Amino acid sequence: MDPFALKTLNAERRSRRAAILVTDMGDGRDRVVKEGDLVAGDLGQAIAKAFRTGLSGSVEAEGRQFFLNVHLPQPRLVVIGAVHISQALAPMARIAGFPIEIIDPRTAFASAERFLEGSLNAEWPEDVLTRRPLDRYAALAAVTHDPKIDDYALKAALDAECFYVGALGSRKTHAKRVERLLAMGATPQQIERINAPIGLDIGAASPAEIAVAVLAQVISAFRSRGLAGKAKGEAA
Amino acid sequence: MPSSFLDEARDPLTIAENWMKDGKDVAIATVVETWGSAPRPVGSHLVIDADGTFHGSVSGGCVEGAVISEAIEVIGSGKPKMLEFGVADETAWQVGLSCGGRIRVYVERLG
Repeated sequence: MDPFALKTLNAERRSRRAAILVTDMGDGRDRVVKEGDLVAGDLGQAIAKAFRTGLSGSVEAEGRQFFLNVHLPQPRLVVIGAVHISQALAPMARIAGFPIEIIDPRTAFASAERFLEGSLNAEWPEDVLTRRPLDRYAALAAVTHDPKIDDYALKAALDAECFYVGALGSRKTHAKRVERLLAMGATPQQIERINAPIGLDIGAASPAEIAVAVLAQVISAFRSRGLAGKAKGEAA
Repeated sequence: MPSSFLDEARDPLTIAENWMKDGKDVAIATVVETWGSAPRPVGSHLVIDADGTFHGSVSGGCVEGAVISEAIEVIGSGKPKMLEFGVADETAWQVGLSCGGRIRVYVERLG
């Protein structure tokens, strides 16, 4: 392995950016391809697919054999609101492989008795997200209904290009939210990225069912990263 | 600096980079293919220095010993090697995978 390639790869990994180490198995030469780099031809297609799936493996392209070792940052799920839906979502997200962080300044909601797992922060989103900023490998679900708590986090998620942004609330609630976000400086293109009403349309009714709908939508968004169009369904 | 969520104290590629900065000779072993019930997924790393110190894994501990001795040779020669391990009684290697799977491991020198 080329020492420069190792340094580059580790720097990307530390910065929570996706990268692939591409090794030519014929001559052992390797290089780092960062997400968004343009690579032509069959190899480029295989690389794009590997970024999406996160799966490492061998590919043949241009008559040569390459090994693609994919390094994706661990995706995480940040939930604004320690509500009933979040209580159901916490264990589900863990099982699905998304570490979950729950943020809610209302201490009556964000209590250790109500949440047996996940990282729980009884603080304002402004404070937590300054300490632990969102990034492209974070999903944000805002489920408090309360503009004072949700809005800042939604704007931060759009600016950080989170791979998923969802907000609970009816179309009417969302229409008002859109006005507020526009006033905060969000662009219409950014606002288009918000999944609202939140969750895939599976007819979810109970808080646990809505949690399933949200988690499914998060997974769909994660697996279709970089593809045209957004994974959008609706429920809740 | 945001937390990277990388467990740097146990991350093989971070350790390899630190060893390199310390002036050590280093080999990196990578699982490049698996068949059956292999214990570690494709892409997993074991990193080895010239004294045989190692971090990470390419199996559940079944073949690491063999990979380490090959790695020390690779550090000396600079020529990468492809190793294949299968069930213990059917392979040319002295060791095998008790789980019944097969793996291919690419061993290369860093630099």
